[in-house]
Amino acid sequence: MKFRVEREVLADAVTWVARGLPNRPPVPVLSGVLVEADRAGTVTLSAFDYEVSAKVTFAADVDEGGTVLVTGRLLADIARNLPSHPVEVSTEGTKVQVTCGTSRFSLLMMAADDYPTLPASPNSSGSIAGDVFTQAVHQVAIAADRGDTLPILTGVRMQVDGERITLLATDRYRLAMRELTWTPAASSAAYTALIPARTLSDTAKALGAAGSVELAFGSHAGGEGLIGFEAGQRRATTRLLDGEYPKVTSIFPTSVDTEAVLSTSALVEAVKRVSLVAERNTPVRLRFAEGQVAIEAGAGDDAQASEAVECSINGPDIEIAFNPHFLLDGLAVVGTPFSRLSFTQPSRPAVLTGQAEAEGDADSSYRYVLMPVRFAS
Amino acid sequence: MSRRQFRPPPRTGDGPPDDTGCTVLHVDMDAFYASASLIDRPELRGTPVIIGGGGRSVVLSATYEARAFGVTAAMPMTRARRLCPHATVISPDHDRYAAISEAVMATFRSVTDRVEPLSLDEAFLDIAGAVRRLGPPTAIAQWVRDTIADEQGITCSVGVASTKFVAKLASGLAKPDGLLVVPQAEVIVFLHQLPVGALWGVGERTEEALQRLGLHTVADIAHTPLDTLRRAFGEATGTHLHHLAWGRDERRVLAETREKSIGSDETFAADIDDPALIHRELLRLADRTAARVRAAGMMGRTVSIKVRFADFTTITRSRTLRDPTDVSRDIFVAAIALYDALGLQRARIRLVGVRMEGLIDSERAALQPRLDDPDHGWREADRAVDQASARFGAGAVRPAALVRGTSIAHTGSMPRKTGPATAGPGGDLS
Repeated sequence: MKFRVEREVLADAVTWVARGLPNRPPVPVLSGVLVEADRAGTVTLSAFDYEVSAKVTFAADVDEGGTVLVTGRLLADIARNLPSHPVEVSTEGTKVQVTCGTSRFSLLMMAADDYPTLPASPNSSGSIAGDVFTQAVHQVAIAADRGDTLPILTGVRMQVDGERITLLATDRYRLAMRELTWTPAASSAAYTALIPARTLSDTAKALGAAGSVELAFGSHAGGEGLIGFEAGQRRATTRLLDGEYPKVTSIFPTSVDTEAVLSTSALVEAVKRVSLVAERNTPVRLRFAEGQVAIEAGAGDDAQASEAVECSINGPDIEIAFNPHFLLDGLAVVGTPFSRLSFTQPSRPAVLTGQAEAEGDADSSYRYVLMPVRFAS
Repeated sequence: MSRRQFRPPPRTGDGPPDDTGCTVLHVDMDAFYASASLIDRPELRGTPVIIGGGGRSVVLSATYEARAFGVTAAMPMTRARRLCPHATVISPDHDRYAAISEAVMATFRSVTDRVEPLSLDEAFLDIAGAVRRLGPPTAIAQWVRDTIADEQGITCSVGVASTKFVAKLASGLAKPDGLLVVPQAEVIVFLHQLPVGALWGVGERTEEALQRLGLHTVADIAHTPLDTLRRAFGEATGTHLHHLAWGRDERRVLAETREKSIGSDETFAADIDDPALIHRELLRLADRTAARVRAAGMMGRTVSIKVRFADFTTITRSRTLRDPTDVSRDIFVAAIALYDALGLQRARIRLVGVRMEGLIDSERAALQPRLDDPDHGWREADRAVDQASARFGAGAVRPAALVRGTSIAHTGSMPRKTGPATAGPGGDLS
């Protein structure tokens, strides 16, 4: 095997496939990246750990076709650090030579015979704008559970109904839901997929720069239990989580007593500052009254802080406390200059939505439901 | 009831000891549990008495007459009985001990507000602020001894010194029913005559290591270069030994009155290897611990379990929860998870314990409920149980798995059935 390619092309491609490589692979070959060079002038890199597969194809000057397996992480590190010159990759005996300018690397070939077969390349079930997809995934993935008590909650539930996609995640303390539209291949499209949140947000981030992302569900993805993504020459599949996602419709409050609209950035700044004194697990208290929200943290002998932010309030005054991290998580992804907070009781869930203008209507395509903190007695 | 007893070294100074600047008192009840148990049994005074449960529990305390036969605290009762077969055995009365302890601590607090209780029966007192009001340290110490003897009918020993660790040493040397003042000027001489085992923080291991280095007395340590000590025992311990050997102890008397942990354990009547029975015992202990945590108006974040195997090896495991809790079920679930994580294959177990650590006032505890928590959940159930217990006695309402029989530790055999009950209020997402 022998091919030449620009450093940037190789670095981008290797970074994309090596992204999902396991740190401690159950079988050594799974830490490898499969490099396939075709005499027709294309090179394909792939990686697979039985959960996630990634594949990318790029054009190169191929002198000699062939297939080799090399350590993925090392190849990615090397490709990223090479000088900006054409790179030549070739095999010599049991070694893979990487040459770029005057730097030379010699990598050991891994046994490609043991390498598992990747899932088939997905066929598109429809497409969605890259930036919209990335933002939506990011907005929802923050609410997924990071623990291991209930594996199903570490996923993002994606529900497709014709042109509508609903993304949802919850760790039982907060719940994030985003509704968006896409262009399905068939208008009768109806799928449900529970995708591991970490993998989904990594994939969405890596594909976000592309104008359009193709999604593949069910048989399109190459089998039940898989979802496929494709953007440009990059393709990925991810194994879905198995199980019944809990019913969440009853979580959304059915009424609103008090609504407050305020500048997202002003609230973020103030909460960040005040929560400096909020030690682990202590809440920030928000008192909405007289055209402003007073934000406080700390009590008793501990350090204390307070700050006020202007806001418009509709409804009775309310005092409510939140875990500052949970509150900031939602505010960080709401993505609009203004935020609307809707309350019923200080002990009942609050809802965060965004809106473009202070006087405008709420944009309910994204909803972040947050359970307040209360004091034991 | 110290593991090792030392003799007080002869005094070097003349005349009555100079107690100027000796503002730290260490007060230790003499054979507290034994003395307290003998208040109602005056006829047993002067005879060997062992306080401990029946069967396979351990010695809680013993009178000095019993100690003369080698009986010590935490020794298995069977062994104690063998060592001292003619001793009278009395079951512990924890309510009584708690009441006496409270009265004794109240006496201390009438002297100074800087009282640092170490356990039910001992405390440090910082009397720097009381000297002007109540007189010299020796007089205060004597007043404390007299008051406790008069009001509680038990004796105590008091160490008077300028630092905590010397005061503690002094009270140990003054036992029983004594008072020992170590004047500031005589601290070094006093210390240097003692064996290394007398130093605070020197347990059996460190003592052995010191002996191996040929260091037998505190003076030996004092005259060993600091670098040598640090090399042999590590930075922290080496420095610590050096400072103590020269009588330096910067620790102040901390008026920390709240408990730092609450827990209980149970020694089985016979070693048990049935996971279902152990789970049930953990349920009972978690329930009891949680009730005590709630009664104290506290909440804790760290749940720990203790498991002692048939060969007496003991392990503890702990898990820190996301939020503080006082809910029986939370503590039970964490305890079971810790126990199951041990992956024991029918190991024979002698004792299990459940403990709550990292306690804070529940008034200050912030709770992060879940979105799907029912309005009336385990916390409300616990509250109802507590109210029923307050009215009808402890155990009036308890988990169904515990209804039959009071305790496997006492009944020995229980009908084998299912694990602990798990039904109860739950949420949509559970």
